[in-house]
Amino acid sequence: MSNTETVLASDGSSLKQSLARSLRRQKIRALLLIAPLLLFVLLTFIAPIVDMLFRSVENSIVQETLPTTVVELASWDAESGNPPSEAVFEALARDLKVAVASKSHTRLGSRLNYEQTGVSSLFRQTGRQIKKLDLEATPSFKDAFEKMNKRWLEPEVWTVLQAFSGKYTDGYFLAAADLTRGADGIEVVPEDEKIYFKLFLRTLQMSMTITIMCILLGYPIAFLLATLPLRSSNMLMILVLLPFWTSLLVRTSAWKVLLQQQGVINDFLVWAHIVADDNRLELINNVTGTVIAMTHILLPFMILPLFSVMKTIPPTYMRAAKSMGANDFTAFRRVYFPQSIPGIGAGSILVFILSIGYYITPEIVGGTKGVFISNRIAYHISSSLNWGLGAALGAILLVVVLALYWMYDKFVGIDNVKLG
Amino acid sequence: MALPIYASPLQTAWYYGFRFICAVIFFFLIFPIMVIIPLSFNAQDFFTFTPEMLAFKAEGYSTKHYQDFFTNSDWQNALRNSLRIAPMATLLSVSFGTLAAIGLSQSHVPFRRAIMAILISPMIVPLIISAASMYFFFSRIGLQGTYMGVVLAHAVLGVPFVIITVTATLVGFDKSLTRAAANMGAGPVRTFFKIQMPLILPGVISGGLFAFITSFDEVVVVLFVGSAGQKTLPWQMFTGLREQISPTILAVATILIVVSIMLLTTLELLRRRSERLRGMSPG
Repeated sequence: MSNTETVLASDGSSLKQSLARSLRRQKIRALLLIAPLLLFVLLTFIAPIVDMLFRSVENSIVQETLPTTVVELASWDAESGNPPSEAVFEALARDLKVAVASKSHTRLGSRLNYEQTGVSSLFRQTGRQIKKLDLEATPSFKDAFEKMNKRWLEPEVWTVLQAFSGKYTDGYFLAAADLTRGADGIEVVPEDEKIYFKLFLRTLQMSMTITIMCILLGYPIAFLLATLPLRSSNMLMILVLLPFWTSLLVRTSAWKVLLQQQGVINDFLVWAHIVADDNRLELINNVTGTVIAMTHILLPFMILPLFSVMKTIPPTYMRAAKSMGANDFTAFRRVYFPQSIPGIGAGSILVFILSIGYYITPEIVGGTKGVFISNRIAYHISSSLNWGLGAALGAILLVVVLALYWMYDKFVGIDNVKLG
Repeated sequence: MALPIYASPLQTAWYYGFRFICAVIFFFLIFPIMVIIPLSFNAQDFFTFTPEMLAFKAEGYSTKHYQDFFTNSDWQNALRNSLRIAPMATLLSVSFGTLAAIGLSQSHVPFRRAIMAILISPMIVPLIISAASMYFFFSRIGLQGTYMGVVLAHAVLGVPFVIITVTATLVGFDKSLTRAAANMGAGPVRTFFKIQMPLILPGVISGGLFAFITSFDEVVVVLFVGSAGQKTLPWQMFTGLREQISPTILAVATILIVVSIMLLTTLELLRRRSERLRGMSPG
């Protein structure tokens, strides 16, 4: 009587197997549908990010430009305070000859200049002079280098060369954290050179200010929209969605126009005799400008999640509280507000994530005081060409954002993101 | 939230006070955008209202900044580049994105959370990081400064929006409809185009609009990944704002505002249509 124990599918195999097969087929089909996009995102987005992370520790330039010097230098003892041996100088002369021919010594010079100032000019100058040096007819390479530049006998240059001769370095991350590798290990840079820590702190502070401003301005609007009858709230919603849909550049240029010293706001204040003509407010190219413009730009991102949470709070709860003797304020504070906190959380994390990585608006209205860490990253990539440091700063920012994103996913769920 | 007839004076004051506060915030939201429109008709090269404009005299207004936009070759090139890049990027992200969204909405998807996190990541990672890393990576493989490079970069930035809007439409999708179609002998392809596609079309279109606006509006990535040959409209505006600020920017901004109003209307109409199709009441 095995028939009653195993149920058979129409093709004669057991139902269990048949179900498993169909489930597997379903899974494969789903994965096949997802695969093209996943591959596309992995190749054009995830791979570049991994590449950037790699670049923030990568340091093959010293090894590539001065291959034999690196090998010879490995045995030199930096603690001794003496310049390295003759063999090292000879290797350097031979390596530099090759490097000068391909002009790669200037690139190495500017790379090492990040670690110690003056190395760039040292390499440049030596590069020019080494062309005249006859490798076969030089009695002492050490003397030859001393003649080219006295700095070659100082241990500092060699310490840097030795420290950065590895294939990977933590130098960029140290620099990004305002640390440097001194004579006795890792030390903090002097107070006046501490720029990145301050910049990160300022980025966090400004993002925090913007988030708080967005809560203060967004909460009343979301409350109004959630409690008004549908017809009028739909009308007012347009006033929130229009800025949301307007080009970022348009909104930034609007603020540039409004906040300028000769701009609309200052003109109005002068006209209304609130400020004197020769004492116009400085609203742009500083922190104020960035905070005002970015609060305006990010406000819809606070209002929309707040609104969708408030929409789910039944109005009867407030009425029930009042009927039991609470006044308006108590009913709001004890009943309505606690239920709207998830919305505040969702909106705040969203606004904070967005603002911490902002680049365009601070660049235009922020001047020098109101810029974010992103502006510094852009500067290192397009102006100072210190790509490694730019990548390291980017990696730190990425970690902060991903941590916030993880929080957002945990509390709100990325599937619950709504657009418009 | 109408004011009850028995409201105390304090309640009345708060009622109107609250509305006043809200009005001020709405003003803050909308005024910066609205102020651009009259300023773009300034007859002078100023960024503020001239006395003639405030007196509503005809000589205070002109369309010369618009003429500049339509005749200046820099702006026209930028517009052309934007219109060359955005549709291609949209096409890529919508076609890949829709397929993936359908895959993701099946009932048994292994590693769903991980896959979702990867596909949404272009929206989460700050643009400057995306831009920097694509710049590094694309220069390695020779895509930096090419049309293809910018299109690929913009397409990947648009993907999360397509995924989010299309999966949202698919949540309300009645699976028995496809089963019914299959039952009546339609193959998977025919079922997709005849049954599933028309129903999720509003979601696909609004995802496409999001992807389009993402590309059309994007500056940071194109600044790094593109070269002078791919200078888009936002890029041109960005340089204009940073270097020689010219009032033509205001004319361009006004045109873009009109475009976004049209987009907003389209999206709202689509949303209503989608809800009607799925048998929900509008609202």
